Amino acid sequence: MTQARERVHALRDRFIAAGAQLVKPPILQPADLLLDLYGEDIRARAYVTSDALRGEQMLRPDFTVPVVQMHMANGADPARYTYAGKVFRRQEDDPDRANEYLQVGYELFDGTDPAAADAEVFALIADAVSPLNLRAATGDIGILMAAVDGLDISDRRKAALRRHIWRPRRFRALLDRFSGRSPVPETRAALLAGKAATDAPLTGLRRQSEIDARIAALQADAAEPPLSGAQMECLDALLNVRETLPFALAQMHTLCADLPALRPAVKRIDARAEALSARGIDVDNLEFEASFGRTSMEYYDGFVFGFYAEQRPDLPPVASGGRYDALTRRLGQGQEIPAVGAVIRPGLMDELEGAA
Amino acid sequence: MIKLGVPSKGRLMDKTFQWFEKRGVTLMRTGSDREYAGAVDGIDGVALVLLSAGEVPRELAGGRIHLGVTGTDLIHDKLPLWEQQVEPMAEMGFGHADLVLAVPKAWIDVDLTDDLDAAAAAFRTDHGFRLRIATKYHRLVRDFLRDAGVADYALVDSQGATEGTVANETAEAIADITSSGDTLRANHLKILSDGLILASQATLWRSRVAALEDQDRVVLKELLDKLL
Repeated sequence: MTQARERVHALRDRFIAAGAQLVKPPILQPADLLLDLYGEDIRARAYVTSDALRGEQMLRPDFTVPVVQMHMANGADPARYTYAGKVFRRQEDDPDRANEYLQVGYELFDGTDPAAADAEVFALIADAVSPLNLRAATGDIGILMAAVDGLDISDRRKAALRRHIWRPRRFRALLDRFSGRSPVPETRAALLAGKAATDAPLTGLRRQSEIDARIAALQADAAEPPLSGAQMECLDALLNVRETLPFALAQMHTLCADLPALRPAVKRIDARAEALSARGIDVDNLEFEASFGRTSMEYYDGFVFGFYAEQRPDLPPVASGGRYDALTRRLGQGQEIPAVGAVIRPGLMDELEGAA
Repeated sequence: MIKLGVPSKGRLMDKTFQWFEKRGVTLMRTGSDREYAGAVDGIDGVALVLLSAGEVPRELAGGRIHLGVTGTDLIHDKLPLWEQQVEPMAEMGFGHADLVLAVPKAWIDVDLTDDLDAAAAAFRTDHGFRLRIATKYHRLVRDFLRDAGVADYALVDSQGATEGTVANETAEAIADITSSGDTLRANHLKILSDGLILASQATLWRSRVAALEDQDRVVLKELLDKLL
């Protein structure tokens, strides 16, 4: 136990030495905010409790949301925070996964130089876990968003794709529909042909105008030309990029010829690679995977990374993090402060060191 | 002693008793009508435990009963690792009930979970909160919707009269057990074409964790030989 505590303190002190202010968010968090951010899925992953006065509360499933709130309420810009404590995760499928564990984290709010901020957080974490020889994986949700925005499709289709970036299967199904690869369902065809009538009275809160609006949207969608084969191939090529960073960048630069909208996002990755290199990271051997981070909780929207123990594929990442500008936009009520952060799980470090 | 847990009342109890009777094992309630005590005839060493069908999963998983009769829906919803905790021994051919996802019949634009997802996104924009689905089978419904890629919904708990929640405007859609579909129709609801979450029926389960003495093993084998 003392060994674990020593490690937690050492990590926290390392982050304080990097300029972070120590914060201590409460364990109980109002459930409505987390539900609003993550949707119903959070209930499968967080413990919910309640009292008659405050209503539903959650045992914090992570520190990021309360830290962002704290910063939005009274933080200076730029700001760096660190925290250490337990998070709680419901486990319904795998009894071997811990349902409470320690996290030590570092969050950086600074809009002046995003590439430098990304590199600062990554390098700090890489250094802290360096004795364990972990494999680092990186990605960028921003490039996927840029790709979606750059397709020659309606805003409605773009919004549908953007909404499902974090659900790869649904994302694929939408692409197949937009490109005409999957057939129109029979009932949809009947609806579009005006053959779906009903004499049932409308009950509930969803109004007739909402039904009519969706039918109009479906008709507009049916009239839209399919997503071109060339763009589909380009998107597939992007989703399949998995290389060391210099080769990945070369591939993505090539893809910009077919999808020029990618260019600003690829330039951001160029800048990040330089900033990482300036921090002493061996970018020539750093893995980049365009699809990385798509199945995690949906708040990262830029740089994403994780550190994995290669000899223990059964373990979750020892450290992970990323950029979450959109989350600060949602929580800041119009205000937005670019932010990037990461957490380390000291318990997993202990486990791996014990085995070494 | 082998402990057999069966539903303590209603049609489910009657049908269970008949199913065992046909196989040469007589189950009966003893004492007054209101007393939950029972006896077993036709085999020695088996004790009858009368309890609510909803409690059978927990008792099986806790190893407090060796065999139990309850629906597939309740086992799957209450025991996340049910395959490790219980083993299905026989489907009993009654208590058929499907857990389904249903929406107002007047929603002619919604026929698939794909449509529900799109409608949910628009609903959230229009109303400022997530489309609500009333159910008591939270885990099953959530897993199903996650697999189907439906987002922007919220589950609201409904322990009864779930079909009425839409008309009462406490939910926009429901996920509930139906056998004939009559209640759904009467409440102007329709099942989504790909909205079958689970097909359930009364099933005899064996606990994988209940302790067995040597004598119990003999009795259990004898009982299962009669039943299966």
